[in-house]
Amino acid sequence: MRIEYFQLIDRIVDLNLADRTITCEATIPTASTIFEGHFPGYPLMPGVLLVEAMAQTSGWLVVAANRFERMAFLASVKEAKLRTFVLPGQVLSISSHLEHEGSGYAVLNAKIKCDGKVVSDATITLRVLDFPNAQVADEMRKLAERIGLKFEARADG
Amino acid sequence: MSSTFEAIANIIAETCDIPRDSITPESHAINDLGIDSLDFLDIAFAIDKAFGIKLPLEQWTQEVSDGKATTDQYFVLQNLAARIDELVAAKGA
Repeated sequence: MRIEYFQLIDRIVDLNLADRTITCEATIPTASTIFEGHFPGYPLMPGVLLVEAMAQTSGWLVVAANRFERMAFLASVKEAKLRTFVLPGQVLSISSHLEHEGSGYAVLNAKIKCDGKVVSDATITLRVLDFPNAQVADEMRKLAERIGLKFEARADG
Repeated sequence: MSSTFEAIANIIAETCDIPRDSITPESHAINDLGIDSLDFLDIAFAIDKAFGIKLPLEQWTQEVSDGKATTDQYFVLQNLAARIDELVAAKGA
């Protein structure tokens, strides 16, 4: 997890476009300036970053489902639950299911498990838009390859 | 009033916390009811689910941007209901 770069996903463990599911893994760093402030003497992974990790996982699924032709942007988070404290060094299993793919948006149900136990879950809505420019598309493809997202161009062009 | 209008009026009332009796077939979702694009995503999701369709929001937005259509055609509720009925009919064809 490159927490300071807001790149919270280490690798994609499973991607199943037929079932419209994805599972990612991320290890929370043991040290970060974030933990110096949240909280001094009692470091905890901020809940908003757990939500962001679910949003990023959901985003990769949507990007993959769109064969890397479009990008996903966080639009809303509903029913986000932070069920227990998550600590530096813990390994997260983050999964998401694409419940609905609308016109220009997608709705996903995401959750995070830690040691087999659900620690957080939420319903995520993403806007699905064209990449804003070629540089972003290129950088996203590089990042996707780094975390193990294999994508193919649409067969129809 | 059509059952489709009733259904979308109920969805809007519930999703956006707008009094149901203030929503009429002539209401414009944006101009009269003040629904913004983010809230409309929730409405679209509820409509998509309820009717088993996919509202072509991007196509409609593009048509409005290009001057080929007005927002009234898609966002006045009686017109929206008619568009939904067309989509449902096309799905069943």
